[in-house]
Amino acid sequence: MVNNVKQSVLIALWFVFLTFPLLVVKVNTLKNIVEWRWINMLWVAIGAFALSMVWRWAMVQRQLKSKKAELGEEELAKPGFGLRLLEDPKIFKPFLAVLALVTLVFPLVVDIYQTNIMVLALIFVVLGLGLNVTVGLAGLLDLGYVAFFAVGAYTYGVLNSFFGFGFWISLPIGGLMGALFGIALGFPILRLRGDYLAIVTLGFGSIAKIVIENWEEVFNGAKGIAGIPRPGFFGAEMTITAATTYTYYLMILMVVFAIFITNRLKDSRIGRAWMALREDEIACVAMGVDMAKTKLGAYAFGAFWAGLAGVIFASRNTYINPNSFTFMESALVLSIVVMGGMGSIVGVIIAALVLILMPEYLRAFAEYRMLMFGAVMVLMMIFRPEGLIANVRRKYTGRKVTTEGANV
Amino acid sequence: MEYFLELSSSGLVRGSIYALIALGYTMVYGIIQLINFAHGEIYMIGAFVALIVSGVLTIYGFSGVSILILAALIAAIYAAAYGYTLEKIAYRPLRNAPRLSPLISAIGMSLFLQNYVLLAQTPDFLPFPALIPDFDFMEPIAHIMGSPELVILVTSAVSMVALTVLIKYTRIGKAMRATQQDMTMARLVGVNVDNVISMTFVIGSVLAAIGGVLVGSYIGQINFYIGFMAGVKAFTAAVLGGIGNIPGAVLGALVLGLTEAYAAGYISSAYEDVFAFGVLVLILILRPSGLLGKAVKLKV
Repeated sequence: MVNNVKQSVLIALWFVFLTFPLLVVKVNTLKNIVEWRWINMLWVAIGAFALSMVWRWAMVQRQLKSKKAELGEEELAKPGFGLRLLEDPKIFKPFLAVLALVTLVFPLVVDIYQTNIMVLALIFVVLGLGLNVTVGLAGLLDLGYVAFFAVGAYTYGVLNSFFGFGFWISLPIGGLMGALFGIALGFPILRLRGDYLAIVTLGFGSIAKIVIENWEEVFNGAKGIAGIPRPGFFGAEMTITAATTYTYYLMILMVVFAIFITNRLKDSRIGRAWMALREDEIACVAMGVDMAKTKLGAYAFGAFWAGLAGVIFASRNTYINPNSFTFMESALVLSIVVMGGMGSIVGVIIAALVLILMPEYLRAFAEYRMLMFGAVMVLMMIFRPEGLIANVRRKYTGRKVTTEGANV
Repeated sequence: MEYFLELSSSGLVRGSIYALIALGYTMVYGIIQLINFAHGEIYMIGAFVALIVSGVLTIYGFSGVSILILAALIAAIYAAAYGYTLEKIAYRPLRNAPRLSPLISAIGMSLFLQNYVLLAQTPDFLPFPALIPDFDFMEPIAHIMGSPELVILVTSAVSMVALTVLIKYTRIGKAMRATQQDMTMARLVGVNVDNVISMTFVIGSVLAAIGGVLVGSYIGQINFYIGFMAGVKAFTAAVLGGIGNIPGAVLGALVLGLTEAYAAGYISSAYEDVFAFGVLVLILILRPSGLLGKAVKLKV
């Protein structure tokens, strides 16, 4: 205990030193005065002391857990509530029913502001599900996913402002344009692996934003495109509230659709090819999987959802400009996929809701929310690296193979 | 011709700054295969510390080169401290985690540090004092290459030579190379791998801080966000040269800097980043493991 306290005091001192120039000193070069904010030093000392105590305790817990896992004692008897929720039909079915009810009633009980945020969260669910295919299933790290999102949004924006296309025609076109760009960008980088791939996709993301920003004639540059109509319903006139509610239900439908498709795809021929590619490219190609086709398929499929989501995003905001499509968005979607537990659909949905809604509801701490967001990302990775809901992989369990086991 | 030389000089300056940052990326990557996304933030923090130190010193009556040297020194110390702490908190617990986990952790740290500086200092651009003095002997060619440019080029060159010497001829350098080749084996022959990794972060951070101070006084203003783009560019440079390869990072950075300068000068400054990434894609298509990177034969 004494040792612990001593160590924490040292850590607190270290952080006082570390934060001293940035938190304590503030120079006003115009008036030539130095502002000393000693009170901050006190906060840092107390905070670092307390946090280091918690940190050490958490690290010990973490070690115990991993040791347990090594010994094979990992909660075989008692699967966590999260897992039981998904597997035990007795719990799963009523849960699903309640969830469906809540989802349907949601826009009717809360105000338009909440619904609007929820629509945004659902858009990111679709983005997460899309990227989940590229990164989670096929293992192709994509740091420029937002480019396809932008393609979708701008497809609708441009088609609408130049040719007066409506939402429903633009939606499939947006999705297809996304897929097309996915193939076009995927083609030159087929041979790249891992981190080379990451930086090139990051480059593509930046290029997309720069082109949009500077090509005034088509994309209206940094000013963006305004006055994009909301989704129509057989030409009916709608108030903003009705339109938002309508968009919400539309998004729910789309999420369900996306879940259905991606889930079915996982066990299809191409889905298994993607997973094989992720596990070992050489072995996979040696087994006769067409590498180019499979990879391009993964890019196209992931980008398709981003395109669709982009169209809806444009119609939700009725205004788009290049600032909605920065690297931050790519990082956010990637975080959704990784935090959700790579390849796990339920995890992706939960992570998307948490990551999008958390900053919104943390507005009370307005200034600190991005700071906390960053910290949460780091902590999540350290204490739950497998994601919120770990993807359940099919396992060969010896003789106990039953028909039920095959459905896991 | 004059214009060409002007562009070349500005390209070289950019390139050497990128190189200073890229070295940190490539060293870290070489050892633990991690894209340290927060590395750009270390560079930003270096620049901020230098700005604060020089501001305080100016107010307390220091002047001239003493400010530059003190500011750079303290900035380097702080950057090293931040790099060390960063590794300890965000990456060390993830040493054996799946590949993407440290990457997400790095992105989280990058966000955290950006917002930390934003809250602790200011979201606005701050004017950075011109710390680098004007030399008289540079007067005749000042329109092509002024004193700041010269100082940047010389400092970067010296830093890189120092790094090379460090890696080639010192004990810690040897340990670093050993760890890079085979971490398990290095541990078996008695290299303290954790210390080596910490040292790698410290060295990379010092280089980044030097870059930060130089850029700050060259461009004249900084804000909390400068680390992001610089980081992305430096990482691009590292990949361009073949990640994990130290001369490659420098070469890649110079190629990138010159490409940007020529593209901005002859074609369009708005599209310079497009050309930078275009060159990257082109080179990677032709040489998938970078300019100097060795093609790794993968086996099943």
